Amino acid sequence: MIPPFAASPAERRLLTEGRLSGPMPWIIAIMMFLTVLAAAGGLALNHAASNVTGSIAQRITVQIVEANPDLREAQTRAAMAALSEMDGVTEVVRVSDEEIDALIEPWIGAAGDEEGIPVPTMIDAALTEEAHDDLARVEAEVIDVAPAARVDDHAQFLAPLAGLIGSLTWLAFALVVLTAGALAAAVILAVRAALNTHRSTIEVLHLMGATDVQIARLFQRRIALDALFGGLIGFLVAVIVLLLLGQRIGAVGSELLGSATLPLFAWAILALLPFAGAAVSTLVARYTVIGVLRKLL
Amino acid sequence: MCVVCFTPDRGLCHCSPMATTIAQFENVGLRYGTGAETLSDVSFSLDGGGFYFLTGPSGAGKTSLLKLLYLALRPSRGLIRLFDEDVVTLPRDRLPGFRRRIGVVFQDFRLVPHLSAFDNIALPLRVAGVDESELATPVNEMLAWVGLSDRASARPATLSGGEQQRVAIARAVIGRPEILIADEPTGNVDPEMAARLLHLFDALNKLGTTLVVATHDIHLLSRVSTAQMMRLEGGRLSDPTGALRHPPREPRVGRSGKPAK
Repeated sequence: MIPPFAASPAERRLLTEGRLSGPMPWIIAIMMFLTVLAAAGGLALNHAASNVTGSIAQRITVQIVEANPDLREAQTRAAMAALSEMDGVTEVVRVSDEEIDALIEPWIGAAGDEEGIPVPTMIDAALTEEAHDDLARVEAEVIDVAPAARVDDHAQFLAPLAGLIGSLTWLAFALVVLTAGALAAAVILAVRAALNTHRSTIEVLHLMGATDVQIARLFQRRIALDALFGGLIGFLVAVIVLLLLGQRIGAVGSELLGSATLPLFAWAILALLPFAGAAVSTLVARYTVIGVLRKLL
Repeated sequence: MCVVCFTPDRGLCHCSPMATTIAQFENVGLRYGTGAETLSDVSFSLDGGGFYFLTGPSGAGKTSLLKLLYLALRPSRGLIRLFDEDVVTLPRDRLPGFRRRIGVVFQDFRLVPHLSAFDNIALPLRVAGVDESELATPVNEMLAWVGLSDRASARPATLSGGEQQRVAIARAVIGRPEILIADEPTGNVDPEMAARLLHLFDALNKLGTTLVVATHDIHLLSRVSTAQMMRLEGGRLSDPTGALRHPPREPRVGRSGKPAK
């Protein structure tokens, strides 16, 4: 028995193959190229967003902004002690003076090392989700022992960036949906053209008692092969472009850009796209043919 | 009841419901779009195993009537019964099953140009889902029957008009249809070939197939002694008594669907 989506070797001969001769595979190749690039962009941004939010989520920085060095040191120790004993605080690290100097050097040069310019001390702390949700309590307890303390929530000041990355991710996935829609439209046009080309043969088959599904099988197989061929070509070209782009990003050396890499699961998803494209094309071809044939008696 | 075995050695009998009505038209009208009726008040019935000529001038509606008979169209009004079922209201998904019981020889043959004579003849069997391993014998038998055994692999473009006609007939017959409908089958062939085709039709009819042949050729009518005639003029059956037949004989086709007295 022939499965509903496959044509027997004899059935395949009922229509001339003509595969790869028309523009259809190349249109699909272009669509797939754009789809893979858009999907790769979306997946990379999603990965970057995960990295950014993962590294900043539930972390705070406590600054002790006190001009008097002795008081500043005393409050720093008190704040560290309070944080270390506090429920929901999983990690407390004092940022070393060298690290602080390195951070402020681009703005004030080596002046931070000089006497008379007060530089706040900084404490990095990681919180549990519950503690992060109750940040006001943490802040109150820290200020209680270190009145010069200022608590900065990493998530808050990186939220706009995370939002931007999220928006770009959605935009990329919207592009994937749009190109999939364009692919479906191209398939519909191609199927209608093929139906016109083979109208005489189809009418004969129809009048011999061929069912709509039998006739649809002839077209969906041709379209599936075109879509798979075009999809694989588009995918391979897109992969080459992505690898070259990855090299360029690596050369820039930006930590943020560097975080927008494609993990293994993303490559697996991209590799599935040509097959998904072929499957979508097959279904679109099937229902287009059946839809057109239903207008006949 | 099986009357004649088409290929008795393989136990495949062609069942012909002799003396039963195989097709019936009652007050059938057909209109294309909003124009005038192409067929009006057409009523007749066809007996199983009968041989019927449908004649009339060009534009009389012969092809339209045949299209109704081979289920390419539904009528605008009236009743059509085929094989004891009302096909006017028959659900669309049941039509393929009915079409497989009808063989059609089109006026322009409608052979599939990229398929060989063998594959064209095999088409109805493939549509019916016959296994590939079971195709060769019946197709080769049909090729031999129409005298084209040596042209099995030839494509339609390389066949003469008469050869294409015979491939079309073999294709229409191979599915052992209960009704064979031929639209102007002798229109494109010389008199000798026309006589030969008629001989093929007569042989088929003797095997129990009901034949309906549309033709302009008045001489053809006299060559089948058992044939009945329907004449269409202006979309109406104008000679239901079959009086134009040569030689005239008792007609079996009447407006009422019953034998005319």
